[in-house]
Amino acid sequence: MTWWQRLTRRRKMEDQLEKELRFHLDQHVNELIAQGHSPEEARRIASLDLGGPEQVKEYCRDARGTRWLEDLFQDVRFALRVLRKNPGFAAVALLTLALGTGATTVMFTVVNGVLLKPLPYPQPNELVTVRGHSETWNTKIFGEQKVAYPDFLDCERDSRSLEMAGTLYDGGTVNEPGPPEYVDLRDISSGLFSVLRVNLAQGRAFLPEEDLPGGVPAMILGYSFWQRHFGARPDVLGTSVVLDQKRYTVVGIAPADFRLDGIEPDVYTPIGQNTAAYLQNRRAHPTGIVARLQPGATLANAQAELALIGRHLSEEYADTNAGRTFVVQPLRPEVGDVRSTLWLLSGAVSVVLLIACVNIASLLLARAVSRERELSMRAALGASRSRLVRQCLTESAVLGLSGGLLGLLLAYAGMRPFIALWPGSLPRAEGVNLDWRVMLFATSVSLLSGLLFGLAPALRSPVRGLEQALRAGARTVARTALRLHSVFVISEIALAVVLLVAAGMLGRTLLQLSSLDPGVNVNNVLVTRIALSPSTLADPSRIRPAWQDVLTRARRVPGVQSVAIVDTFPMREGNNMIGYSTSADIPPENQQSMTLATSVTPDYLKVMGLPLRRGRFLDDQDRIGNQLVVVIDDVLAKQAFGTQDPVGRRLWIPGASSPFFSGSNAPDVVLVVGVVGHVRHWGLASDDQAQVRAQLYYNFAQVPDSLLPRWSTFMSVAVRTSVPPLSVVESLRQEARGATGDQVLYEVRTMDQLASGTLARQRFLLLLFGIFAGLALLLACIGIYGVLAYLTTERVPEIGVRMALGARPADVMWLVLRQSLGMIIVGVGVGIVAALAAGQILQHSVEGMRPTEPSALAIMIPILVFAALFASFVPARRASRIDPMIALRQD
Amino acid sequence: MTEKSDLPQGTLDLLILKVVALGPVHGYAIAQRLQQVSRDVVQVPQGSLYPALHRLENRGLLAADWEETDTGREAKFYRLTRKGRSQLETEAASWERLTAAVGLILKLSEEGGE
Repeated sequence: MTWWQRLTRRRKMEDQLEKELRFHLDQHVNELIAQGHSPEEARRIASLDLGGPEQVKEYCRDARGTRWLEDLFQDVRFALRVLRKNPGFAAVALLTLALGTGATTVMFTVVNGVLLKPLPYPQPNELVTVRGHSETWNTKIFGEQKVAYPDFLDCERDSRSLEMAGTLYDGGTVNEPGPPEYVDLRDISSGLFSVLRVNLAQGRAFLPEEDLPGGVPAMILGYSFWQRHFGARPDVLGTSVVLDQKRYTVVGIAPADFRLDGIEPDVYTPIGQNTAAYLQNRRAHPTGIVARLQPGATLANAQAELALIGRHLSEEYADTNAGRTFVVQPLRPEVGDVRSTLWLLSGAVSVVLLIACVNIASLLLARAVSRERELSMRAALGASRSRLVRQCLTESAVLGLSGGLLGLLLAYAGMRPFIALWPGSLPRAEGVNLDWRVMLFATSVSLLSGLLFGLAPALRSPVRGLEQALRAGARTVARTALRLHSVFVISEIALAVVLLVAAGMLGRTLLQLSSLDPGVNVNNVLVTRIALSPSTLADPSRIRPAWQDVLTRARRVPGVQSVAIVDTFPMREGNNMIGYSTSADIPPENQQSMTLATSVTPDYLKVMGLPLRRGRFLDDQDRIGNQLVVVIDDVLAKQAFGTQDPVGRRLWIPGASSPFFSGSNAPDVVLVVGVVGHVRHWGLASDDQAQVRAQLYYNFAQVPDSLLPRWSTFMSVAVRTSVPPLSVVESLRQEARGATGDQVLYEVRTMDQLASGTLARQRFLLLLFGIFAGLALLLACIGIYGVLAYLTTERVPEIGVRMALGARPADVMWLVLRQSLGMIIVGVGVGIVAALAAGQILQHSVEGMRPTEPSALAIMIPILVFAALFASFVPARRASRIDPMIALRQD
Repeated sequence: MTEKSDLPQGTLDLLILKVVALGPVHGYAIAQRLQQVSRDVVQVPQGSLYPALHRLENRGLLAADWEETDTGREAKFYRLTRKGRSQLETEAASWERLTAAVGLILKLSEEGGE
């Protein structure tokens, strides 16, 4: 018989065992009778010889080798029965566990989808990116450097270890078919899809001959854009699309959810056909590179090879490439500051899980102590210590797994709302789902917590002082149980303190940040980007009048008070940083002082409500040909001129980065004509820690013609309204279409939205920490209540004696409350120490976070103490109402 | 599990295998045979006989079938498997080696003592 049969035919096996032993006994008895014994005598001798029939059977069952599995089934059945018999305990325990594992599973699912999952391409570990590296480039301020397009072409040609593709951010207006729409355009190498080993949803990738100047114009549509703009028409391949006045043939549709740097572009065109001047210039570095290691090549090979190519280029093109080289890094998903948010939340959620586990452990311990006599009875009947430990562990594992299952259901239900709650959009949200990894995680968490909280009661279960336990009855609480219970309560309170204080700190920080002056009047301001008509952009002489036309038309919209054009506005991604000097003597690039430079039209002061501190703001007299002038903010004034009056002083802007770029490398000299208040450009929370805070404004009218087409692709319109700003959007959109009817607004937002958006992360963290802290408080209170209720029940006889001897109800209540107060005080003490440490972590990972202040403690600790005392009040009151006569007779 | 047997550890298995090797036999008969053969030397508690039989069956050294006895009752008859037979040979051989060695040592110590 196989072990499986032995297991499944248990009933038959038992019958056969019974039959075999009976046969033995009968044979023996018959023989004894034949030898002359009386039947009773014979039966007695035979039974004595064989031994206790049940004992023999037990040994035989042990001999089967499947004993542990049978026991497991038996224990599981028993555990389920116990749970059914105690619905109150089961409900509290399962709910606690479901909340704990549910919350943890949601967090893990997001962490798994966003941070842990590899890129969604075949063999993702072969994918790398190539970055530019320059000795004078300040990575701390500017971030990682991209690569000049001619440099990319050289690398692609010379590299043997990498299969490379370039990408370029771009934008344009699609005029045909359908209404004009501004599209997020990506110029790509023909090899991009094959480097990533991605098949197109329809059609084909670009051909190498299309990726050359003068190639046949071809276009690939993004999947979402195809669905949105073309209504997912199946016959779109081969049709033509007019983008920025150029007619392209659609050759393919990118796969659904295909993203570059976390964004799904609308449209792709071959990068080789883009003849813009900055793509031929080795000084401009706009090209991003993705590459795949060739078979057999390693990352180290590629690094060495690209470094060598970089050295050759720096020798060959010394004027542009001196000091430049390339670095090869593994390609990683773009997730930004989501990483630290996720780890913070994971930390918080683990604390909740820990509290849940402690809670269950103390509940189980209380039960184990009450069941001491049951367990002692089992031991007396011959159960071994390991058998009892196994039974306890099985019971808690059953509890853990059922709780985990409920938690998984909870996580399944809570996942989408959680992602919807995420501020902005969660990067890689499309990869967040319950997969086998999550299942594995949830199962191990619930099993582990089951074992963890089953361990304490299980280790108690043994058979220490067996007869003592049997004799003691329910009148005593073992010292160790009392100590363990105190440890549980103390750690629950300490953990809850950590979360409460963290939530308190976040709340204070948020209040403080919200009350900060952003430096601009954010009420009633609408900002929107605008794409000039492609026909205008194609003809530089028409650009200035076109902008003038936009201003005039916008002013005509009812409800609009003032209008300005601006390149980068505050509290939004995007900025322009330039170097400056207070003398003609310009330091080298990486030692220059830096300032933000914003190109505006004169009404910007009115639109944004900037406070003018000194001198004047820019006006219509500041034109090409007149003196170059700038207005600076408080910070730049102090940084450049200290306490002296900046008005009338000069600044030197290095030629390479100057927006007044005159064509020579000589610095441009600008006159400071006014000082305005500082604007929190980087956001309410982040501005204080920003690397470059100084600000400078110059007139868009003084941007030279040569830079105008490129500048015009960045410009936005800002309007101050007398009515709710979103109500003017439609009429503004109509007016902005212009004479040609194909100028489109995109990224329409209010300054109010932008300002509060900069605190979205803090607000989100506060919300979740608040939820977790509330959960922790609730769980801790349940724990305290459970422990005290149990301890009080155990002390009923003692309390009866006290009351019989004259204790009043108030004394009894105080007796119980004193016990819990002791645990609460120690818990709070431990918790405060831990909270200070947690505060350090928060301060490092959340912008604008203030250090832990006594006030955060002063608000949160009383809440906790009050709740904890409330939880102890119920058992205390019950104890005070004990009738001594009944209590003394108990047991 | 404790076997209150005065037999050296593992000897019971060997004896059972040897008895069963003589032909299919039920538990009671094995007990009888063991008692007869070793009546005055060792006491085999019947309580440990059945767990041993089940363990040997479990290890595949014995196989069992339900058959009728001479008196017409159904009983569980054990027989030796191929694996059991080779196990018996190995164990018997090693038992003989052991007893021979022990005997030799006991003899030595007697001589040395004189």
